[in-house]
Amino acid sequence: MRKIWTRVAIALTAFLLSLAFAGGPSAQNRPYIILQSTTSTANSGLYDYILPLFTQKTGIEVRVVAVGTGQAIKNAQNGDGDVLLVHAKAAEEKFVADGYGVKRSGVMYNDFIIVGPPADPAGISGLNNAPEALAKIAAAKALFASRGDNSGTHKKELNLWKAAQTNPVKASGTWYRETGSGMGATLNVAVGMGAYTLTDRGTWIAFRNRGNFKIHVQGGKALFNQYGIILVNPEKHARVKALEGQAFIDWILSAEGQKAIGSYKLGGQQLFFPNGGRSGG
Amino acid sequence: MSDFSSAFSKAFQLLISGDAALLEIIMLSLQVSLSAVLLATLIGLPLGSILAVGRFPGRTAVAAGVNALMGLPPVVVGLAVYMLLSNAGPLGVLELLYTPTALIIAQTLLVAPIIAALARQAAEDLLEEYDEQLRSLGAGKLQTISTLMWDGRYRLLTAILAGFGRAIAEVGAVMIVGGNINHVTRTMTTAIALETSKGDLALALALGIILLGIAFAVNAALMSLRGTAERAAHA
Repeated sequence: MRKIWTRVAIALTAFLLSLAFAGGPSAQNRPYIILQSTTSTANSGLYDYILPLFTQKTGIEVRVVAVGTGQAIKNAQNGDGDVLLVHAKAAEEKFVADGYGVKRSGVMYNDFIIVGPPADPAGISGLNNAPEALAKIAAAKALFASRGDNSGTHKKELNLWKAAQTNPVKASGTWYRETGSGMGATLNVAVGMGAYTLTDRGTWIAFRNRGNFKIHVQGGKALFNQYGIILVNPEKHARVKALEGQAFIDWILSAEGQKAIGSYKLGGQQLFFPNGGRSGG
Repeated sequence: MSDFSSAFSKAFQLLISGDAALLEIIMLSLQVSLSAVLLATLIGLPLGSILAVGRFPGRTAVAAGVNALMGLPPVVVGLAVYMLLSNAGPLGVLELLYTPTALIIAQTLLVAPIIAALARQAAEDLLEEYDEQLRSLGAGKLQTISTLMWDGRYRLLTAILAGFGRAIAEVGAVMIVGGNINHVTRTMTTAIALETSKGDLALALALGIILLGIAFAVNAALMSLRGTAERAAHA
């Protein structure tokens, strides 16, 4: 009896150890880079569309870690990534100025929108001036769900509040609700409680749990959403795969990569507009 | 809430279609969690036994410490392991961050205290019963431990299953140290979190139903092992 158990235990242990050291499903030895990026680009399905094209051409696999821009930048500062693709220009420029990144290039853009319940309690529908819309939301004390996670979208939202000369953080917990989570999770919360929220258009189009929510505010210069790409500085972190990382950056900024971005559509809508290499981006 | 009912049909469809991506995620989840439980068992059983049988100063404090560690939030373990494995951390040279091995390390740290604490309690309960007998036989510490482990084997199996439940269900640690990278470190729980954030609630819940099925299958397999062993003993 004891023998049976011993044998079973040994067999099971051997089997599991072989599993443990077999490596992951993708343990084949092809070169790869880690791309620290944002949930907005990953959730929209863009990477699933363009990355296979790059891998096919170069043999380099791109492993995407999709987190908020704040966390992506922090991870890249720690050297836990080869390339950074995020959307918070000021933070990106600081990243390069502090020596963590080699150079920032604009890649593509789309825009932010303010979505909310169809009843539109703050009466902002049809506006294209985002700060004006936010001021109206604050005046009406209508529910507003904020990312509250130091992401690119959150930074944009705070800038818009500043332009509206309103400090919503004072109302945090009342009509201003900070979810402290990603775009999708925040949209789920907003739909659940009937709150307005600021989202990038890509995530919104790809989002499946919209309920009866509508886009109330769009257009207008203040809602511009620019994405930038940066190679993590190999002088700061010796293990950065600078060659492969630069190959990816060169590809995404090339005519071919830019065309791939522009041809990605979801439900007939283009989600991202390439503007790589142009100085304004 | 039509999402709720469609989740069940979606789970069923996914299973019978033998979706390759789903299969890959399931296999990775099982590989990671079973490996972690195995390693945690190799740490937890000896540690629990020593705490039950050993008599040394600070034993109660260590036992209380292990009990407290059962409540470790996965996100804290994930953060600690991330900081260790990060290129800016002390173990960065190993280049384990964002690999399945990192997931196994994090889950092992989560599960080991559970197995150790439950094993200690099981062994202590039995020791109370057996103490006099063992002493009259002049059993040494090692002999005592092996007797307790053997006679308490079904309780230990439950401890191991509790550890497996924790490992297969946690999302906070694997999300941070794995990065939820498609085809590399995406597990069932991080896939569920991802689909939820995409607003595809029905698919997310369907994955949850499948995860529950996997946990059930693993538990059933180990329980039937017990049944087989018992029958063999009586044969």
